[in-house]
Amino acid sequence: MFYRLSGVHHADYVSDTRIFKLPADRNLAAFIFLFGLVAPFIIPSLYLNSYILPWLIWTAAALGLNLVTGWAGQLHLGYAAVMAVGAYSAIHAARFGIPWEFALIIGGLSSSVIGSLFAFAALRVKGLYLALTTLAMQFVMDWVLTHSPAITGGSHASLQSPTLALLGQDITSDAGYYYVAFGWCVLVTIFMLNLKRTGLGRALVAVREKDFAAAILGVNSFYYKILAFATSSFIAGVSGALLIATFFFLAAPEQFSVNVSIQVLAMVIVGGLGSVIGSYFGVALILLVPGLVNGLVVAGSAGLGTQINVETLAHIPNAVYGALIVVVLLIEPLGLGKLYGNIRDYLMVWPFDQLRK
Amino acid sequence: MDWVFLSELAINGALTGLLYSLFAIGLVLIYKASSVPNLAQGGLTMVGAYVVLALSHDAGLPLWVAIPLGAVIMFALGFGIERVALRRLAGRPVVMILMLTLGLDIFLRGTTLAIWGGTSRSMELGVSYEPLFVGDIFVSRIHLVGAAVTIAFFVAFMLFFRTRTGVKLRAIADDYMASWSVGISVERGVGLSWALASVVALGAGVIWGEIQGVDQSLSLLLLKGLTVAVLGGLDSILGAVIAGLILGIVENVGADFLDPLVGGGSRELIVAAVLILTVMIRPHGLFGRHDIERV
Repeated sequence: MFYRLSGVHHADYVSDTRIFKLPADRNLAAFIFLFGLVAPFIIPSLYLNSYILPWLIWTAAALGLNLVTGWAGQLHLGYAAVMAVGAYSAIHAARFGIPWEFALIIGGLSSSVIGSLFAFAALRVKGLYLALTTLAMQFVMDWVLTHSPAITGGSHASLQSPTLALLGQDITSDAGYYYVAFGWCVLVTIFMLNLKRTGLGRALVAVREKDFAAAILGVNSFYYKILAFATSSFIAGVSGALLIATFFFLAAPEQFSVNVSIQVLAMVIVGGLGSVIGSYFGVALILLVPGLVNGLVVAGSAGLGTQINVETLAHIPNAVYGALIVVVLLIEPLGLGKLYGNIRDYLMVWPFDQLRK
Repeated sequence: MDWVFLSELAINGALTGLLYSLFAIGLVLIYKASSVPNLAQGGLTMVGAYVVLALSHDAGLPLWVAIPLGAVIMFALGFGIERVALRRLAGRPVVMILMLTLGLDIFLRGTTLAIWGGTSRSMELGVSYEPLFVGDIFVSRIHLVGAAVTIAFFVAFMLFFRTRTGVKLRAIADDYMASWSVGISVERGVGLSWALASVVALGAGVIWGEIQGVDQSLSLLLLKGLTVAVLGGLDSILGAVIAGLILGIVENVGADFLDPLVGGGSRELIVAAVLILTVMIRPHGLFGRHDIERV
């Protein structure tokens, strides 16, 4: 119906290696990109900066975790700790007087170094034990952050981020913050879309499916695991730094606690492992829906004329957030990206579905 | 070196460690039967504590009625969770199952707090807080009670695994395909393990609720419980008990040495270090089964 195709048929290798295999997909992506460019002129800045901006930055972060968990198949429960490293080093660098462009890169690189430490756990164990080790490393990092005043100013302190400035321009307007987040998210998305077309992406998938078998085929799983952790940590570091610089403006250790790690993993898994579009959906669902449901409950209780306990109201988003994870996993373990793919595949050939059956 | 002080630290650490074991036994029961790492055990512990609290304080039942009744409720809850959620994901990659249990944990915590509120409440088991001196050594009574409960659970499970149902559970733990082919209902066995783990969670919730108050900090026991379970070997109940003793002593004595050096709060650091070292050096733990992976 929307696609007017009878299926995907490749006649040569060039068409097989395109990012967007369907013209309709490419047009949709171009449309969304253009919409993103003009969004500050259409969407009120309240919604732009309190919903869309965090959504874009968290999507970039989730895509980084998707690289290591979805593509390379390595469980990672310490992602927030890696984001914290990037955020704190970038902000300290910026406060020191280094231009923000370099400060962000310093943040990314220092995250890469610390994140590669997580990879050494991945070389020894995998699966559940890797998840537990990275979880323990997250706790160690939490502890270091709350106990080193030199970095964070102590457990209840916060660190002010200096004014963001890129290419010599101070960025202080709402639209400016939005464009920084949008640009970073687009960069990461393009990187991830291209990943599956490269030898690196194929090697990561081989490692994910079975690292021993990949090693037998000549894929150095040791090297690719470290590379996956380092790359995803770089993305995490810059995303963490941008999150502070454009959204929170203050860095505090609680912003990178173990719950945040679990939240990013939830975004990736609810969105779908190894799915780029899925990460967008997953972040939207985990980040925005609990708040929406809370708003609905408040409106509903006001409509019914009943008064809901404040404490109850405070915990409903958490319950909804947990329920969302469980329900999505029960409906489709491969996540929202797979659901989207199913609908798309159905509509793609809809009136003439000779591909199926 | 003050030996009395050191042994006091060690003994109290061992008693606390046995309470971690109580938590870890729940993890081990489920892992043994279905190789599922149950990260929702913290949430279950919290639910257990709140259920007993609701029955005894809100409904006014005496404790000796409230606790068994709570155990029945938790038994049903565990069975239900396995039936509704876990069974449908059986055989999926571990990352999804891990996420499912994390989601369950968040859901259970959120729902419990939404129903009963987040203010810390006390369990009021009626154990006296009078200090108890054994020789020169000060021992906490409630920890002693908790340690006794852990030992009781341990002995009960050892006996249970000798009954006919227990033998079936052991068969499932050993090789579920083979159990299936000889007509053991693996689904029911796994469900039973969830139900039993939920009852253990109620025990842990009641004791820990008495020690630190019933609030959401109960779910923070997860890291310590996981460390104990991994150190003991994820599929060994005896391992969980012994690892609990070890972790409790190491944590209590180590924190006393480290706290002045790093300015307090080194307990979490010690627990995390024990977990990392265990996984790095001996992933299958002290008593766990070492699985060989084939390509």
